[in-house]
Amino acid sequence: MMKSPASLTIHEAAAALRAKTLSSVELTKAVFERIRAVEPQVHAYLHLTEEDALAQAAASDRRRAAEESRGPLDGVPIALKDNLCTRGVPTTCASKILERFVPPYDATVVTRLRAAGAVITGKTNLDEFAFGSSTENSAFGPSRNPWDLDRVPGGSSGGSAAAVAADEAIAALGSDTGGSIRQPAALCGLAGLKPTYGRVSRYGLIAFASSLDQIGPLAKDVEDCAILEEAIEGWDAADSTSVRLEGPSVTQASAGDIQGLRIGIAKEWLGTGLDPEVRAAVDGARVPLEKLGCTFREISLPLQDYALPIYYLVAPAEASSNLARFDGVKYGRREDGANIVEMYKKSRSAGFGPETKRRIILGTYVLSAGYYDAYYLKALKARTRLRQDYLDALKECDALLSPATPTPAFRIGEKADDPLQMYLSDIYTVSVNLVGLPALVVPCGFSAAGLPIGMQLIGRAFDDATLLRVGARYQNVTDWHRRKPPLPDSGEGGV
Amino acid sequence: MRAMTEFETVIGLEVHCELSTKTKIFCGCSTKFGAAPNSQVCPVCLGLPGTLPVMNAEALERAILVGLAVGCTIRRRFKFDRKHYYYPDLPKNFQISQYDLPLAHDGRVDLAGAHPVRVKRVHLEEDAGKLVHEGAGQQIATGTAALVDYNRSGMPLLEIVSEPDLREPAEAVAYVKSLQTLVRYLHVSDGNMEEGSLRCDANISVRPKGADELGAKIEIKNMNSFKSIEHALTFEARRQRDALARGETLAQETRLWDDTAGETRSMRSKEAAHDYRYFPEPDLLVFTMDDARLAVIRGRLPELPWTKRLRYVQTLGLTDYDAGVLTSDRTVAEYFEATIAAGAPPKTACNWVSTELLGALHGRKLGIGDSRVAPRQLAALIALIDKATISGKIAKTVFAEMLVSGADPDAVVKAKGLVQITDEDALVTSVRDVLAANPQSVADFKAGKSQTIGFLVGQVMKATGGKANPQAVNKILKEELTR
Repeated sequence: MMKSPASLTIHEAAAALRAKTLSSVELTKAVFERIRAVEPQVHAYLHLTEEDALAQAAASDRRRAAEESRGPLDGVPIALKDNLCTRGVPTTCASKILERFVPPYDATVVTRLRAAGAVITGKTNLDEFAFGSSTENSAFGPSRNPWDLDRVPGGSSGGSAAAVAADEAIAALGSDTGGSIRQPAALCGLAGLKPTYGRVSRYGLIAFASSLDQIGPLAKDVEDCAILEEAIEGWDAADSTSVRLEGPSVTQASAGDIQGLRIGIAKEWLGTGLDPEVRAAVDGARVPLEKLGCTFREISLPLQDYALPIYYLVAPAEASSNLARFDGVKYGRREDGANIVEMYKKSRSAGFGPETKRRIILGTYVLSAGYYDAYYLKALKARTRLRQDYLDALKECDALLSPATPTPAFRIGEKADDPLQMYLSDIYTVSVNLVGLPALVVPCGFSAAGLPIGMQLIGRAFDDATLLRVGARYQNVTDWHRRKPPLPDSGEGGV
Repeated sequence: MRAMTEFETVIGLEVHCELSTKTKIFCGCSTKFGAAPNSQVCPVCLGLPGTLPVMNAEALERAILVGLAVGCTIRRRFKFDRKHYYYPDLPKNFQISQYDLPLAHDGRVDLAGAHPVRVKRVHLEEDAGKLVHEGAGQQIATGTAALVDYNRSGMPLLEIVSEPDLREPAEAVAYVKSLQTLVRYLHVSDGNMEEGSLRCDANISVRPKGADELGAKIEIKNMNSFKSIEHALTFEARRQRDALARGETLAQETRLWDDTAGETRSMRSKEAAHDYRYFPEPDLLVFTMDDARLAVIRGRLPELPWTKRLRYVQTLGLTDYDAGVLTSDRTVAEYFEATIAAGAPPKTACNWVSTELLGALHGRKLGIGDSRVAPRQLAALIALIDKATISGKIAKTVFAEMLVSGADPDAVVKAKGLVQITDEDALVTSVRDVLAANPQSVADFKAGKSQTIGFLVGQVMKATGGKANPQAVNKILKEELTR
């Protein structure tokens, strides 16, 4: 059976489109056929935009015929996490409180994807407001891991990860506040990039924790991550925290070899709680990297153990503030009340799920008079020191290597009633957001049960390209990323 | 008999001033007053999910300009913070404001004829929208629906906080008026209390005279005019004194001024006060102000009203009252200065500007900018008086004509034949005619009634159509009568 175009990567699809052996309409139709086949099992999407996608694809084909094609993304179907605002298309954050919210504007990344000619397939599932690591906190039901439908795809960008892993999109955008791109990428066998804070405009990303949020790609390989990052990144007048980028583009800068690169591994990463299979897979990745010319050294990140506690003070504090606007007054769900306060209470009680309420309560508490200094302020100080640890480590190393997650994908329901266990699944990823650095997750093996395992590369500020270079060279000599999940309706068959 | 305790009122003010920048503080929406409800809004000032604030550089510079003008220290690094409270007119349910690092701090305003008022801080924030109550009385209690107009949401708002240095309601009004004059001088705000671009809350307490500690701080809100500031503070000071005199204790609270009832009413107690949960606004970076940029902003500072007033008194020899009238409005001061720059003596120019010109314009409800008489023309008119080409009285006629037509004074004088007769030969004939026609007056004068001469001067002026030079007439009359 011929390989379905839906299984292509961005660069493969771009090559076929350029060679005119494939049209964007054919590619887009193939993706929607695939969605029809597997979506009932995977539930990656909250909203599909098929009609509009086909119109965009036809427009792309016309541009190509007129030799006005816009580059590697022109005509390529991309899925968007449903916390990225899309003009005229519902944007729910997987929350009942935004069930009927239709933004009147596009997020900057969406504008940039459209400008690059990308075809938007729809909006993918997530944990409500990106609070979670499994998509089980979605108000509209969990997504499932294409590698094992009884397991979670990770989160919060679990819908984007599941969609790409199941070939329901060529690639997708997610957002990452504490690992929300990287953890699902690892659990679904994908490449996922959390760019340096400030590299990608957050305008139009419905904020979770503003000082930590960053939009990034989830893709079938590292090369695709570079293509997507290049399309969405760069200074934006609408986001004061976005940065003007200088030097060569990420796709150019990630093209070279990795001879002589120094990679650090923190001893604190390999302690208790790390699954032996994950440990073995990450350890195994050293061999091909050494063959490619990298050297490894042990480093220490003494404050690593504090990363999760710092994160769970800073992130909920900002979240409680960012979510204050959802009150039933202007948009979204409104429950009538006898007075304004009752309306607020009823609307928010009915609109938010349990994890969202937990984080709002936690965040409100740590910002309250009398507790601010003890919690929030202290967390900020610890955050500064944690950043210094990472900056020091990256003085003697070009990149750091860690596991992406402590275990492969866990079962749906396994951690749903234990928030602390759930929070621990982000133990390797949260510190990267706290220190604002870039990090890339790349598949590096499989468990005995056939579940993907990912490793994480952490780089210097704004040196995302070095990570992409290491990841891409690694993928030149490994094929973990080429495996496809054994979905029952997959035209491809399994591993 | 029990000794009466003497009380002292202590007042501190928080003045809010909407900056008249073209666009709002964090988005490109217009700030124009009076537009149709919700016609000047966008995703950012509506606080829609996913939107981010971007600082309006002009708003920031204006805030710093005001900080400099009230003698504040400008912070080299300042940040913005989120202030949380739930209210439908606040779209994000937090206000982007400044908490512990305001952009300017520790300045002072010198009130004319009173002690200086220390300025604690000046900070920049966003304004909220406006609630409109529909139904009976358009009041929250009786209305059927509350509507929100977000046009005002995101307007740049400056808050100027004074130390508790004011002692009298009248002083408080004078302080707010001087800030109003200031922001208008700086062209940073309309400073209009009726339109709400200048607003004021007060902290007022009462203590036994001579005490060091302040009494319970009571905040008064909803004072929407200078009159209501004075009435509210007067009412509140008396209420507090009476309560203390009765032996009651006062507790910290927020009270609302009711202009119609003429009283303040409790709004919320200290216990019910908000916990605003301030924390640094993560969507805006920390701002840094270097010497070069500060120098550029400082360069925008005009001569300040109180400096100008002092100069008018000390160097131009005007009275403090006159200097106050001329400097209360920058355009008036500029008009006056242009008039003296065109050669008019300061005192004469002052009289003409503050009495004749402003009087005439006020009567027609016009501003000095609407005057058809240019400063150069007023100076020319004054020169005609000084050269005795026309009399002061004729000058007023000429001026009235100039106000209507905008013509030069020379042209008016010539067209109407108003040149003063100073030629003594020409005047002698008129004088002799008058003396011949009034023998009784001549007899009275000669009998010692020297005041009769005033009547005779008047007769000569009348005979010459007012064009005779009164001094010359006086002189000739005396010569003729004593001959």
